[in-house]
Amino acid sequence: MEKEFTYPEPASLEADRLGEKMILNIGPSHPATHGVLRMKLELDGDLITRADPIVGQLHRGQEKMAENLTYNQFIPFTDRLDYLAPLCNNIAFVQCVEKIAGIGVTERCKAVRVICCELSRIASHLVGIAAYGMDAGSWTVFMYCFTQREKLCTLFEQLTGARMTTSYARVGGLARDIPEGWLGNVNSFANQFLPALDEIDALITRNKIFIDRTAGIGVVSPEQAMQWGLTGANLRGSGVASDLRKDVPYLGYENYEFDVPIGVNGDCYDRWLVRIEEMRQSIRIVRQAIEKMPDGPVNVADPRISLPKKEKVLRDMEDLINNFVLVTQGPDIPAGDAYFEAENPKGALGFYIVSKGGGVPYRVKIRAPSFVSLSAMQEILPGHHMSDMAVILGSFDFVLGECDR
Amino acid sequence: MVVFLQGRHNIGTIFLIMDKCFQQGFDAKSEQGFICTKLDSLINWVRANSIWPQPMGLACCAIELMGVGGSRFDIGRFGMEVMRFSPRQSDCMIVAGTVTYKMAGSVKRVYDQMAAPKWVVAMGACACSGGMFRTYSTLQGVDKVIPVDVYVAGCPTRPEALIDALMSLQNKIRSERSARGLFSK
Repeated sequence: MEKEFTYPEPASLEADRLGEKMILNIGPSHPATHGVLRMKLELDGDLITRADPIVGQLHRGQEKMAENLTYNQFIPFTDRLDYLAPLCNNIAFVQCVEKIAGIGVTERCKAVRVICCELSRIASHLVGIAAYGMDAGSWTVFMYCFTQREKLCTLFEQLTGARMTTSYARVGGLARDIPEGWLGNVNSFANQFLPALDEIDALITRNKIFIDRTAGIGVVSPEQAMQWGLTGANLRGSGVASDLRKDVPYLGYENYEFDVPIGVNGDCYDRWLVRIEEMRQSIRIVRQAIEKMPDGPVNVADPRISLPKKEKVLRDMEDLINNFVLVTQGPDIPAGDAYFEAENPKGALGFYIVSKGGGVPYRVKIRAPSFVSLSAMQEILPGHHMSDMAVILGSFDFVLGECDR
Repeated sequence: MVVFLQGRHNIGTIFLIMDKCFQQGFDAKSEQGFICTKLDSLINWVRANSIWPQPMGLACCAIELMGVGGSRFDIGRFGMEVMRFSPRQSDCMIVAGTVTYKMAGSVKRVYDQMAAPKWVVAMGACACSGGMFRTYSTLQGVDKVIPVDVYVAGCPTRPEALIDALMSLQNKIRSERSARGLFSK
């Protein structure tokens, strides 16, 4: 006896309304909230009628700490902002300090910083899509992404000595030059990464379950995205071709050829596509940077900013004093203030630094893109089903360390 | 598996009838399909090799914790890959990250909800001692609110160090007097 199988009717938004409200608390310890986010949802049946993201569970007082640390001492703290892409944060912070002081870094330093930023972007997006895939029910994509991320962590370790908390940038340059043979390792990573990315792409992008769960969910129109201040991949997913690397080029991004992928519908699926494509573009940039890697020093030749060479410190009195003053008092930054935004994997990470002269900032304000993305949840989540919440949160790829700072 | 308990005075000694494949892995004498061992060894053998961690992922260390679950480090080799976010189903809480005062209550509450026996691993400098965040909002070590069994250094902890910590936790479990609590009040 054959029984005809029919799919159940797609969930209708109106039919699920019960007419009575229920408050549901999710988090702060919940796998769907990617960290310590707490969501207070008001539900009508299965429908979300109000959503309040409650942040601050990871507030560590980083901005306050910055006021008592020299510029270079604060760099390790920037690692812990967006801990999925520490190199990007290091570089964004020192770029802002350099903007106040009017320091122009060397060409080699710029190229190395570009490679660091783009590799970090890939590492961050890999975790982003791994967690996103996991939220949509795919454990395999998590494994595939982490296999690639481990290779990147090895590269970071060769470069900086640490897998995650790199603290690599310094005001006026870098902590040290790239090790011998590192560019070759990056190149071989890039060669094997593209086929691996295609595999991840093939695994999920045309997967019917994934499309059903993400297409048309969490739609953000371009106007809304601009109004709410979304940046980065979340803004581009809504179809706004805005990328700080193109609009306000820094680190010589204007010399690299790359495309800015944008979405069409502004839904969760488009944000996925944008992230996948951005990784391909990052590899393009990395390859160009390796190709035209200039020679020369990585630090500016200014004794008030850069540490002297270690051999000289051990030999000459003047250099020893210089080293001592720089380490204890910090680089000499003139009075003034500056705001600098960098295109980070999560969006535009901004630093506003006020200096009253000397080696310690008077005030550091951090503009965290994750905080902005999370603020938009109040507008995006209502009208969706409870089960869509995990997918929407996953598609925005926020990190609480940066949001709460 | 049949277990005979021998009288009240010999509570630590049990006899097991079991397959040959079970005859290894804990301190036991095997003879013609019988195993003579201590109840402590048996319970500890079971407990140590089936730890279900509760990943209390709070900050940066949580990413390394995810890395331990990934293919390169593969925590599944030690029977611990079953990460359970539900406290009722887990027996080892891995506190990975900075515990702030706002979060401390939730950490304590989740710990209280876990069923005994339960263990805690403080992963990373923040969970051990507050780490580099000596600020108004950071709890200076998770041991201020819950008892910690293993402290792991690192900022963030390397995956190898976490695996080492979990193996030392296994050693600790193996040396516990587990049976005592079952029969004495």
